[in-house]
Amino acid sequence: MRVARPKSAQGLLEEIPFRKGGLSLKARPAMHAYANPARFLKLARPLTPVCLGLGLILILIGCYAGLVLTPKDYLQGDSVRILYIHVPAAWLGMGGWSALAIASIVQLVWRHPLAGVAARAIAVPGALFTAVCLVTGSIWGRPTWGTWWEWDGRMTSMLVLLFLYFAYIALANAGDDRTSVSRATAIFGIVGAVNIPIINRSVVWWNSLHQGPSITLRGSTIAPELLWPLGFTVFGFSFLFAAIVLMRMRANLAEAKREARLRRLAAA
Amino acid sequence: MKAKNQRLILALLGLAAVVGAGLLAVSGLKQEASFFYAPGDVAQSGLPLDRAVRLGGMVQEKSIRHDADGITIHFIVEDGKATVPVTFKGIVPDLFKEKSGVVAEGRFQPDGSFIATNLLAKHDERYMPPELAGKMHKTGSLKP
Repeated sequence: MRVARPKSAQGLLEEIPFRKGGLSLKARPAMHAYANPARFLKLARPLTPVCLGLGLILILIGCYAGLVLTPKDYLQGDSVRILYIHVPAAWLGMGGWSALAIASIVQLVWRHPLAGVAARAIAVPGALFTAVCLVTGSIWGRPTWGTWWEWDGRMTSMLVLLFLYFAYIALANAGDDRTSVSRATAIFGIVGAVNIPIINRSVVWWNSLHQGPSITLRGSTIAPELLWPLGFTVFGFSFLFAAIVLMRMRANLAEAKREARLRRLAAA
Repeated sequence: MKAKNQRLILALLGLAAVVGAGLLAVSGLKQEASFFYAPGDVAQSGLPLDRAVRLGGMVQEKSIRHDADGITIHFIVEDGKATVPVTFKGIVPDLFKEKSGVVAEGRFQPDGSFIATNLLAKHDERYMPPELAGKMHKTGSLKP
């Protein structure tokens, strides 16, 4: 039996009650196996504490190592230690929008009902980490460069990313749908992705105050003694990010389910 | 053609258009988006005398001279293509040193020199413990 594909997560939630085996999706391609929120939640529920716990442990190890165990930098002294927060924040600010853009494409092309839910859930932690990146960068800039802020290519494009997040969040909250996002919002998510390669290349294309990339495909110009805690904090904050996204998706789906139930009760 | 494939093609075309527009804008901004002029840029295109600009490059080795007043310094900024003599009166950032990056804010003078009103230190992408830097310094492998 072929089931009509619901148009949005909201629609889907209204059509399918949250029951185990409520709908057989065996005939669907693999990506749509988790189109059923019940099936997604079955996976997300145990995954959330795993991501959260693993993330916090890795962050604690990485921060302790970065603050206490590693030697200071030959040029910057102890102020180099802000790297262990600044770099993961930058990675998640940019990685967040990349994931949001991919989710937007999946939403527009395949009409996957959870893609918009995921994109909406990514936006707020993405904005948060972008802000952390800007603030830590500013604090780091004062003792090293001698300035809190300059309008150089890297800093300006990163600030633009924060504003793009704000615009996305405003646009996502402009419609009636509080679970997923509108198609216009998804299009904005894709268009905004043009800023990601600009941020990445800004220190290569233009003369900038910010130094060039330290970690490239050819290797790292950060000495191994200083580099290793960065792996812990990058993975730690990434797991924390994943946990936040899963929590937000679950909360939004639960809210939609509650509203759908209230509507059904009101109609009955 | 299935509607899904149509949407996929439309999305990819849209993405290509957006990326193309972005790249065009970026290449148009090539000059304007630069944070500073390098000595080689000015040697090529002439001195921007009409406005305050930033000059960036490496502080040439053994070029820093202090005046008798204690706060005026002279040094030479180089980028491998050209050099510019700079004068600055004020407190320099901690990371300002020879063979290290600097960005000076100020004005070019008609004689090709530069009077700075503010100095920013620019460090490179290398991070290492002091012991390693000391070792590399001795063997001469720590190049600016």
